[in-house]
Amino acid sequence: MTGPGLRRADPDLAVLGIETSCDETAAAVVVGGTTIASSVVSSQVDLHAHYGGVVPELAGRAHIERFTPVVADALLAAGRTGGSPPVGAVAATCGPGLVGSLLVGLSGAKALSMSWDVPFVAVNHLEGHLFASLLEAPDLGWPLVVLLVSGGHTLLVSMEGLGRYRLLGQTIDDAAGEAYDKVARYLGLGYPGGPAIDAVAGQGDPTAFAFPRAMMAEGLDFSFSGLKTSVVRTVERHPEAATVDVAASFQQAVVDVLVAKATRAAAAVGARGLCLAGGVAANTLLRRTMTEACDRLGLPAYLPSRVMCTDNAAMVAAAGWWRLTHDGPSPLSVGADPNLSLAFFD
Amino acid sequence: MSGAALVARTTSAEGTRSLAAALAPLARPGDVILLVGGLGAGKTTFAQGFARGLGIEGPVTSPTFTLVRQYRCPPPPTPGPGPVVGQLLHADVYRLDTLGEVADLALPELVEDAAVALVEWGDVAAPVLGDTALWVELAAEGDGEGEPDASPGGSGGPGGTEPGRRITVHAEGSAWESRRAELTAALAPYRGEVR
Repeated sequence: MTGPGLRRADPDLAVLGIETSCDETAAAVVVGGTTIASSVVSSQVDLHAHYGGVVPELAGRAHIERFTPVVADALLAAGRTGGSPPVGAVAATCGPGLVGSLLVGLSGAKALSMSWDVPFVAVNHLEGHLFASLLEAPDLGWPLVVLLVSGGHTLLVSMEGLGRYRLLGQTIDDAAGEAYDKVARYLGLGYPGGPAIDAVAGQGDPTAFAFPRAMMAEGLDFSFSGLKTSVVRTVERHPEAATVDVAASFQQAVVDVLVAKATRAAAAVGARGLCLAGGVAANTLLRRTMTEACDRLGLPAYLPSRVMCTDNAAMVAAAGWWRLTHDGPSPLSVGADPNLSLAFFD
Repeated sequence: MSGAALVARTTSAEGTRSLAAALAPLARPGDVILLVGGLGAGKTTFAQGFARGLGIEGPVTSPTFTLVRQYRCPPPPTPGPGPVVGQLLHADVYRLDTLGEVADLALPELVEDAAVALVEWGDVAAPVLGDTALWVELAAEGDGEGEPDASPGGSGGPGGTEPGRRITVHAEGSAWESRRAELTAALAPYRGEVR
């Protein structure tokens, strides 16, 4: 598969991507920036479920334990065990994320690049998510509006070319996935909150409670903090309310805002397509509602497969391949940056 | 605790931000401020106002994901006599499991570098955050008159009105002793009677 603008030099360059920014230890081999030779993800969800969220110290330790087997699996699955070196470059996420987790993947990637004597390239996790869409949607044209929604981020980005991003909107308080996690934990539905709420919402009435749709009429920024508060206050005042109704109504409020703002953003920039990215993009109601809204508008929608929405290393390898051919290798002195933001032009 | 707790009230999220913005100029490098209160009590709202009071522009978002966010403060337009706060650290220890992990964030060491730290869910972490913290406890007032109403059959709205908050401020240790009068004055517009 070839993405727009991905027809460049080094079509045969195999990049090993490594992703450890949060609670997934992942490694993948991608050839020529577009062909996924292997993609291995070892999730720590079970490890953290008991705590209702990612526990950083546990995450760091688990990444250390899983790094070597996950990388070995990815190389094996790609049939790249005999080569010397087995790949042409190593890419790793350097931020944003949990600093202790990032350091494991980053240090491991640097060590591999040194011992194999191949280039190392640092990748912005958010840019990785943008490339995830392109890996599966080769023919979407620019500008492309991407709604990136995860536990740590809620961004509306206009992609006007590879590496050319314009920020259209972002959350002013909580990320959408964070609202899911906090509300699920409050309702006793477990972790991670997205799948937990998704699983029971279908049994509830999404119109039972009219939770606030914050900033619905104002611009392209998001706010989910007040929604979380409203859920808490509503349950305090209506202890008899069915949890499935609260969950369904909460989810409807989140999805209504995400879809309204994303389609408005697409109209504002004259987008030729709309993409979802990030863990929340795996949400059933969001996928269905976004598809219906885009159909009504005659706008091509692209919903990456669920494995490509959530954290993975194929997206890191793809973004790394492009960064390498565009900017060259990164110095080994690149550090982990937990608050790294996407570079926007204007 | 040095002196009685000061009790203030706000009637909106913007009121909570204004109160926090009024407290911000009193902060000195090295201060640790613990934000205490349940889910939705207004801790991040307070942090947004506090950041505004330090002249920080741009969104102040939840630090839950990365644990600590750092913001650089612009130099004050009219520098006072004291040391200038150069950085705001906004931390959230909600996800941390042990005091050892909070200690790993090294907040007391980080604030030595001309910074002020706001720590959400800081009460549980207080033992490793130094012994001269300012406690700010936020709680929704009463049964939440004027809350965004999501009652069955309600119409919902663009954002709803915000609930009232009771904000209790008290200082532990000596660091805030000399600022007691300024603290009282800054909170005066928001005060009920002293409890």
